[in-house]
Amino acid sequence: MKDFLFKPFEEMTEKDYETVGFKSGLEIHQQLLTSKKLFCRCPAGKYSERYDAEILRHMRPTLSELGEYDGTALMEFKTKKDIIYRINRDTVCTYEMDDTPPFLINDEALDIALECGLLFDCSIVDELHIARKQYLDGSIPTGFQRTAIFALDGKIPYKNRTIDIVQMSIEEDSCREVSDYGHTRVYLTDRLGMPLIETVTGPNMRTPFEAAEVAEICANVVRSTNKVRRGIGSAREDVNVSVDGGTRVEIKGVPKIGRIPLLTYNEAMRQWNLLRLREELHKRGITKDTFEAKWDDVTRIVKRAHYQPIANAIEQGFKVKCVLLKKYAGLLHWQTQTDTYFSKEISDRVRIIACLTNIPNIIHSDSKGENITSAEWRNIKHAVGATDDDTMVLVWGNEIDTDTAVKEIIIRAKEATIGVPSETRQALRDGTNGFERILPGPDRMYPDTDLPPTRITNERLKILSPNLPEKFWISEEWYKQLGIPKDTMRELSISKFAKLFKRAVVEWKLDPVMIAVALIQFPKRLKKMKLDISLISVDMMEEILHAYKEGLLSRSGILIAMEKSIKKGKFYPELLPRPLTSKELDDIIVQTKQEIDKIKFSNTEKRNEVIIGFTMNKVRMNIEGNTVREKILFKS
Amino acid sequence: MVEDYKGYRGKALATLKNFNAQVWSDVEIKTTKGIYKGIILPRSETADPFHIVIKLRVGYNIGVAADSVTDIKIEGRKEAHYKIPEKDFPRDPSKPNVKLLGTGGTIASRLDYRTGAVIPAFSPGELYGSVPELANFCNLDTEKLYGVFSENMGPEQWIGTAKAIGREIEKGVDGIVVGHGTDTMHHTAAILSFMVQNSPVPIVMVGSQRSSDRPSSDAALNLMHSVKTAAESDIAEVMVCMFGPTSDYYGLLHRGTRVRKMHSSYRSTFRTIGDIPIAKVSRDEIIPLRQDYKRRRKDHNVKINTSFEEKVSIVYYYPNMQPDIIESLIDNDYKGIVIAGTGLGHVNKPLYPALKRAHEKGIAIYMTVQTLWGFVQMYVYDTGRDMMELGVIPAANMLPEVAYMKLCWALGQTSNPQKLKDIMLTPIAGEITEREPSNGYLIYQGGLPEVEEFIAKYVK
Repeated sequence: MKDFLFKPFEEMTEKDYETVGFKSGLEIHQQLLTSKKLFCRCPAGKYSERYDAEILRHMRPTLSELGEYDGTALMEFKTKKDIIYRINRDTVCTYEMDDTPPFLINDEALDIALECGLLFDCSIVDELHIARKQYLDGSIPTGFQRTAIFALDGKIPYKNRTIDIVQMSIEEDSCREVSDYGHTRVYLTDRLGMPLIETVTGPNMRTPFEAAEVAEICANVVRSTNKVRRGIGSAREDVNVSVDGGTRVEIKGVPKIGRIPLLTYNEAMRQWNLLRLREELHKRGITKDTFEAKWDDVTRIVKRAHYQPIANAIEQGFKVKCVLLKKYAGLLHWQTQTDTYFSKEISDRVRIIACLTNIPNIIHSDSKGENITSAEWRNIKHAVGATDDDTMVLVWGNEIDTDTAVKEIIIRAKEATIGVPSETRQALRDGTNGFERILPGPDRMYPDTDLPPTRITNERLKILSPNLPEKFWISEEWYKQLGIPKDTMRELSISKFAKLFKRAVVEWKLDPVMIAVALIQFPKRLKKMKLDISLISVDMMEEILHAYKEGLLSRSGILIAMEKSIKKGKFYPELLPRPLTSKELDDIIVQTKQEIDKIKFSNTEKRNEVIIGFTMNKVRMNIEGNTVREKILFKS
Repeated sequence: MVEDYKGYRGKALATLKNFNAQVWSDVEIKTTKGIYKGIILPRSETADPFHIVIKLRVGYNIGVAADSVTDIKIEGRKEAHYKIPEKDFPRDPSKPNVKLLGTGGTIASRLDYRTGAVIPAFSPGELYGSVPELANFCNLDTEKLYGVFSENMGPEQWIGTAKAIGREIEKGVDGIVVGHGTDTMHHTAAILSFMVQNSPVPIVMVGSQRSSDRPSSDAALNLMHSVKTAAESDIAEVMVCMFGPTSDYYGLLHRGTRVRKMHSSYRSTFRTIGDIPIAKVSRDEIIPLRQDYKRRRKDHNVKINTSFEEKVSIVYYYPNMQPDIIESLIDNDYKGIVIAGTGLGHVNKPLYPALKRAHEKGIAIYMTVQTLWGFVQMYVYDTGRDMMELGVIPAANMLPEVAYMKLCWALGQTSNPQKLKDIMLTPIAGEITEREPSNGYLIYQGGLPEVEEFIAKYVK
């Protein structure tokens, strides 16, 4: 028996994760910042819930290139969903609707992808082959995603080891799900076809926290190109988790890196507990060969039940079926995740595969009470011939769906005798996860016969290489030596200004801390003033810093120049103040003093401070505060 | 052997031979860039000679530059066997018998490594394996007549198909489905409408706009609709059965002589021109949209007339057309010309002498309209009258492709101009209609509020 029991999340130690053999790898999806989509000329990044029309599709599994069916595809086919796509003409053309063949791959997107591949020290493939990766859930109207591996075998340093970047692919994004109820699933198509890259790491992370940290590093590598999209939904992680004796399970679509630790903890716990469940089953003498289950229609027995879901089903003329799991007594209440039990694994399958989406969709004899009466349970028990060692699961719905449900309940219960099924699981808000589909394998790949292979020449890479950003961890080492404040360091290292910073410090010999603050913190201040800081371009900052270097601007003048440039839309030399002579400054000070004379001061020491302040207001942009201060204090 | 290195040539072929690495070898390829493990796949013959394609363990394919390869270690072999599980079609004596004749096309297809494109693979047992729903409608027998893309269909195939249909009807089948590539499906539908006359059973042509190797293919649903029509409908005509809307919703049954492919890639590409379709078909029901169709009969009588003259051409007129176009047809012994003229049926004056010469040489010339919708009317303008003087015969509202097919067929029967004209202008299968209903021309323009309202309301 596996002795170790999972502790609450906060109490788990590195040692504990080592004990269970925690392993995690990542698949990081990042949308690229292009003007158009990947395989058509629709605008990228325009989202709207408005739609002009709807189309209806069904998906059927097809054979892979090597002539095999994919397990996920067959599972999805069992669900028999009506899939509705909402079409907004501004963001979708006949390509996304699968009524027009693809156009050639967007070169802008491919170049950005290649840059990312080079940053991860990958070897870039010589020839790009676009594949169709089947998705029968309907998230893509074609039933497949066009995707291609462009880079392999990269690495990034982490702690005192390296994390493998196994492969990178460029692919089109899928639809956004609106709803999934019964046999109808609805999708919005605006995101469909947006270019994104998927970066796959090796299973090198040993704790949930390492998984999150590495996700952060990978995200920052691609962000440092400043050619990827930011904001909600533009980056999503799939996290693979396994424990010793477990199976690789994919937690899909984690929207925030911060959620990775708890999600991976729960998945590790789930796998561990499923393995313990298997041990318990074996102890009871239940293996995949001795497993026994049967089912019966019990509608008649519960037709007067007061339990609302069943009463409703009866009223609608639905069936109630009972699955008897031999010697499973108590096991549906076996804990899998935090506050989650094995019954949830079964309920999930029933919900997704049999499309019985009203929860609760099952009840079982391992947690009686608050549903049907003990008398009714007794009658069912008698009718199906159950003993105290068995578990009964009730499911209700129409004939066809309950048939599917019965089969799925038996399949899932039996899988418990084998171990952890290979699944794709959905990240839930509370940090646990739920079944989404069977984990797809290589059999869902098929070459895209609509598009020719694309050669990636060395010349193309040679043009991209010199413009790559510095790796951010290398920059940060240098920033540390320069004494750049901690809160500015990371932002600067992946910022579009990183190269300008290096130039200003190395070539122009400007004060690193001041320049870092100007490049990173000043825009934030301007944002607070409700200015559109997206207008601050690298060129704009280069001209402003150059003016500073030439003595045409004071330190405080930089911020003012930025403000004025934003308002004008770009930097103009005319924005710079006219240089002041020493005589002119003296005149201004004299004039300011005269103004001040009208004010009475209780404390004369404050008088000078006020004069400095008033003078600075007039000359802030081109004279440093120290100069003014010295002049006033010295003269007075 | 070429098969061992399928599709490879030049540097890539030399490299593979050097390491004795044939296609389907499970290999570890060492290159100057790194090591790749996977299966060597055949290469498309149209792709360049510099790369070797391997399928990585994860299922993705990549191309490896042959000149970067330093070693290939062969670890095994895994050849693809692309085969849809074949299953015996269940027999039910209470169900009608339907014969599916295959000519090719994307209704059933598989990957072709020679070109990298999909090629037709029409194995009947596979159909049940992939579309088991077909057994709900009928007992299905299948016969592969040809395996060609629709652009490669020609007289040999048309005649062969017509004869095969005749044989099946005589044997007492309850309905016929013809699997066909979509590009020229309307040509074949037209010629079959003429060659197969007085059929007692439905003859349904079907194809798909998305090949059946795609999960969202329209093939399965089209097949179900067509088989249902062949088995159950009382419409004993040659029809085309393809998607009504682009959605997986219902199909339309178009009369074989009034149908045309109108979009290069849409699923709902086939439209009835100048009239309304015969019926709407879903998995559950067939709803006639009109009543003037030929009804199913219990007898096994059918007239097959496979006459065909190959020396016939369509001339799609354009302004500035030179007479030498017509001259070359005359000089090459063409027997018939169908003109797709502008507007009501016009060509420019410089062509007149050539047309006159053609007529004098006994070449039959029929006028149709390139607007597709509407009738030829050569009385409205003098130019029309002039042309009729030259011997150009207006072909009413026959679609150009249909007129072409009919002229081939008619010339196969007679060269007598008057007899020819009788055959051409006497409608046999709805190719000429007496009147055009106002809902026979509906091309709504997007952007108009009322059209947008309609689109928003109904499944597209």
